[in-house]
Amino acid sequence: METLRIGCAAGFSGDRTDAAGPVVEALVAAGGPAALIFETLAERTLALAQLARRRDPSAGYEPLLDALLAPVLAPCLRHGIRIVGNFGAANPRGAALRIRALAHELGLAAPRIALIHGDDVSGPEHRDALARLLGASIAGREIVSANAYLGAEPIAQALRAGAQIVVAGRVADPSLAVGPALAHFGWAGDDWDRIARATMAGHLLECGAQVTGGYYADPGVKDVPGLARLGYPIAEIEADGTCVIGKPAGSGGIVDEHTVKEQLLYEVHDPRAYLTPDVVADIGAAEVQAIAADRVRLGGVRGHPRTGTLKVNVCFESGWLAEGEISYAGPRAEARARLAAQVLRERLAGLGALRADLIGVASIFGDDGGQWLAAVPPRDDVRDVRLRVALRHADRASAERLAREVTALYTCGPAGGGGVRTALRPTLGTVSCLLPREQVRAGFEMLD
Amino acid sequence: MSKPTTTPIVTVPLWRAAHGRTGDKGNRSNISVIAWHPSLYAAIAEQITEARVAQQFAHRRPTRVARHELPNLHALNFVIDDVLDGGVNDALNLDSHGKALSFLLLELELELPASLAPLLRGPEP
Repeated sequence: METLRIGCAAGFSGDRTDAAGPVVEALVAAGGPAALIFETLAERTLALAQLARRRDPSAGYEPLLDALLAPVLAPCLRHGIRIVGNFGAANPRGAALRIRALAHELGLAAPRIALIHGDDVSGPEHRDALARLLGASIAGREIVSANAYLGAEPIAQALRAGAQIVVAGRVADPSLAVGPALAHFGWAGDDWDRIARATMAGHLLECGAQVTGGYYADPGVKDVPGLARLGYPIAEIEADGTCVIGKPAGSGGIVDEHTVKEQLLYEVHDPRAYLTPDVVADIGAAEVQAIAADRVRLGGVRGHPRTGTLKVNVCFESGWLAEGEISYAGPRAEARARLAAQVLRERLAGLGALRADLIGVASIFGDDGGQWLAAVPPRDDVRDVRLRVALRHADRASAERLAREVTALYTCGPAGGGGVRTALRPTLGTVSCLLPREQVRAGFEMLD
Repeated sequence: MSKPTTTPIVTVPLWRAAHGRTGDKGNRSNISVIAWHPSLYAAIAEQITEARVAQQFAHRRPTRVARHELPNLHALNFVIDDVLDGGVNDALNLDSHGKALSFLLLELELELPASLAPLLRGPEP
């Protein structure tokens, strides 16, 4: 069986849109069967897409779809490189229609596009089950979205039926790669070891450049060449499921044992039981080995039978987040910023917890309760401090008060404060539960 | 009784011996600790314990710290529960994902035989 190459051209919604070109060039140069995946859905992206679709029924899919696909649609179709993405978000049909129109605009023959359905469980047929599973955590909440994480099977079915492009909404990220592998190699649905290996290949790919030197550099400790022109990853998957991770020749970045290990453990809890809809993957005995420059083999992955449930994420409207910032510089900058924080605490008393950060002194590592900041002794040699405050409130008008009080520091606060910025945004809450697998009817359909 | 031979010990921040990345799911953080060299793994596994990590994050009140050992990868994976002030939906932190937390863990101190010092990364303090 020929090696299958899978390239990844996006690791989240908001990723670089010029990533796909060099990946597709490398896939074409290598020849042989290949797929290109796009992962553009974080936990809350789908809820935001659902809100966009409410405002405009034709929207609700990845807003950068055109920018992501336009540069590579022609070469992918010409060279038989299948495209699989979860860029359908809350509206896979809308995305599929847009891709068909894009192909037409580019002068291409209409591609065979499949859409995956079944992940949306926000309808009445699942309402009782979700209410039972989630109980009080969503009682009285305005539900924005409820989506099950689907597995690789419907993707594989669509590819076997001849789809050149597969548009999904919520599927587990690694399943974007497992689908093409299942379709290509024809593994049995219970071939747990092979499916687990392809799952971990997909896991290495799913965050795009995070395995090729992105999110890794630390000057003097972890140096990465060409960070501004990172090559995105390509996995070469063998018939036994093992893979070699690489990147396009001449691109920036680095693939070595360390970049691969960091991504292998990213968002993993128990390494002996990494749960996906397809399998329980076990990397307890995994081995990572550099076999050439920018080429690393992953071996030793084992698989166990998948669980009987699918994870469901439910998003609901949860209120408002208000933030405000103001800067102090020069002598006693920190003392003036601390005084401004005190003023805000007094003015906003009664609105609930207010977080204050002294950016440049102590902000990120601290806790919302302020215990960390309280333990940082005031210094008189800090010459540049930005005070940042934040609070959440169910009620918009109450949250807005923070913006007004920060702005008022211009005339009422300590001396020399400048650069006020304020922001107010609606927030989404997420809860998750496990739904019995048989209650989710996943499948695909070809766009007519 | 003869005196045991003592090898000189050096104390270094963990980031000189290991690297790591933070991931988040809900209110749970996972942080990998990956040795820069296989010979550094034993000291890391011996000294970077669940208790020390819990202490390092005490101000964030984690309810549980679990450590998973991956000797083949010369790596540890720490899973820290309820450490994100509610996580991305609820926290007031600028970094509500806790993306930066690996660097807090990597500030822990590590003692090593001086003979292993050539395997360390980064500038000496």
